[in-house]
Amino acid sequence: MPVQVITDIEALAARVPDGARIALVKSASGPPMALVRALIRRGARGLHLVCVPTGGLAVDLLIGAGCVDALETSAVTLDEFGQAPAFGRAVRAGSLRLLDATCPAVYAGLQAGEKGLPFMPLRGLVGSDLARHRTDWKLIDNPFGEDDPIVCLPAIVPDLALIHVRRTDRQGNLYVGDAREMMLMAHAARETLATAESIFDGSLVDDAALRPGVIPGIYVSAVAEARDGARPLGLPGAYDTDDEHLAQYADMARDEAGFAEYLDRFVFDRKAAAE
Amino acid sequence: MSGTLRDAAVTPRYRLEELLIGRIADLLEGSRHVAVGASSPIPGSGALLARHLSGGDMRVSVLGSRSLQDFTDGGVEIFDLAAQGRIDAFFLSGGQIDGAGNINLVGVGDYPRQKVRWSGSFGSAYLYYLVPRVILFRLEHTRRTMVERVDFISAPGTSVDNVYRPGGPYALITNICLFAFDRERRRFRLDSVHPGHTVEEVRDNTGFDFDVPEASTAIPETPVPDESRLALIRGEIAAAIADPYPKFAAEMLGLEGNST
Repeated sequence: MPVQVITDIEALAARVPDGARIALVKSASGPPMALVRALIRRGARGLHLVCVPTGGLAVDLLIGAGCVDALETSAVTLDEFGQAPAFGRAVRAGSLRLLDATCPAVYAGLQAGEKGLPFMPLRGLVGSDLARHRTDWKLIDNPFGEDDPIVCLPAIVPDLALIHVRRTDRQGNLYVGDAREMMLMAHAARETLATAESIFDGSLVDDAALRPGVIPGIYVSAVAEARDGARPLGLPGAYDTDDEHLAQYADMARDEAGFAEYLDRFVFDRKAAAE
Repeated sequence: MSGTLRDAAVTPRYRLEELLIGRIADLLEGSRHVAVGASSPIPGSGALLARHLSGGDMRVSVLGSRSLQDFTDGGVEIFDLAAQGRIDAFFLSGGQIDGAGNINLVGVGDYPRQKVRWSGSFGSAYLYYLVPRVILFRLEHTRRTMVERVDFISAPGTSVDNVYRPGGPYALITNICLFAFDRERRRFRLDSVHPGHTVEEVRDNTGFDFDVPEASTAIPETPVPDESRLALIRGEIAAAIADPYPKFAAEMLGLEGNST
């Protein structure tokens, strides 16, 4: 099926069904914040988030806005701005199904997914409380060794990888550069929906220098232009994180009323402005 | 300032951060490749000092930096390197650390509905098993952080014999002392106490039992960086660590605005 180039980010968000298992990249790689805000505006519910391999502002917003049922992650953090407040509240309220992991376990699960394999073994983990609580992880004896217990992780196959990139073309080729965790997400997910800072009229795979950093359109079902689409987070090679905004979020989101006010001002109000 | 010597009779010549950077550099001696995780300006500076002192024999990779690492395979690369034995030293911390070297980065109370929830385990449940020299680093040394038994084991200090485990804790360095980890005894041993602090103070603030070799009066003071090291830390090292941590370089190491 050809890639759809969508002009309206709300229409892209409408393609994310309630209950979907969604992969989102760590804050440092620039997750699709504009699309996340559109998801909150559309009132998405019951999402199962897979953080690759950690979550930050995007994940905290989705949790606080009531969009998330299950969370598979190695950590949720606002980095130097402290603990993620909505995540902490949801844990205390018991409103999330938590699938705590460790970074390489998320990558390994996705690697199993991209290879079409049922599972991937991984070192470490044995005897940790992570492994004790992750009943979907299995301890086996290395079939090629002797008395060598090793943990097997089920493949992670997200319904959707949601990513933001600097550039796409009209064939849905996405330039991610050396952010290869985004390539892994796209390979493993059933479909990828992407936003991009700009749409290029040529072909990104024609340029030999760019090509190794391109997710080919075969994985991608729709793209939309979203200038500043990772803000207030940074996008490597394009812009830095807006520290002032992050500090403001950390401050406002400390209680539910402040969080609601943040949504009104920075998530819902944008729609009003666009209408 | 908490980072300066408390003894009023002595002119504070160095900051706590600089003492720790110097000691960390010593702990890393002989490593071929040291990796440093996110939010770790002091370990990162210690690794860069160790690299300088190695005369170029040591490789250092600082995650989250553009100039201090040259990974090209995305987030997974550091973990693949660790599993292959290509990383000799790494740093971990914990909201709680116990006397068996178990670390907890998840939270306080009964999992999953904990009363205090921290970020999560990050790469600890893997790297702690695989990197031979893991240095635990925690600037708050209290009975709240140094506990008898962690509430959640993000990664255990030791494993049963048949578990593949080339890695594990090597040392625990805090704002008041340095412990070495004894893998055979599965316990910490007090190695040195920072100037201005005492063994009694360490005991009072530690929730777990640890070994103290023979006469506790024999516990040495953590060595203070000499003038040439201090100059290095405030110059070359500060300039390099300013890439990922500009605020730290300016405020703690006194790096001036355009000195790079």
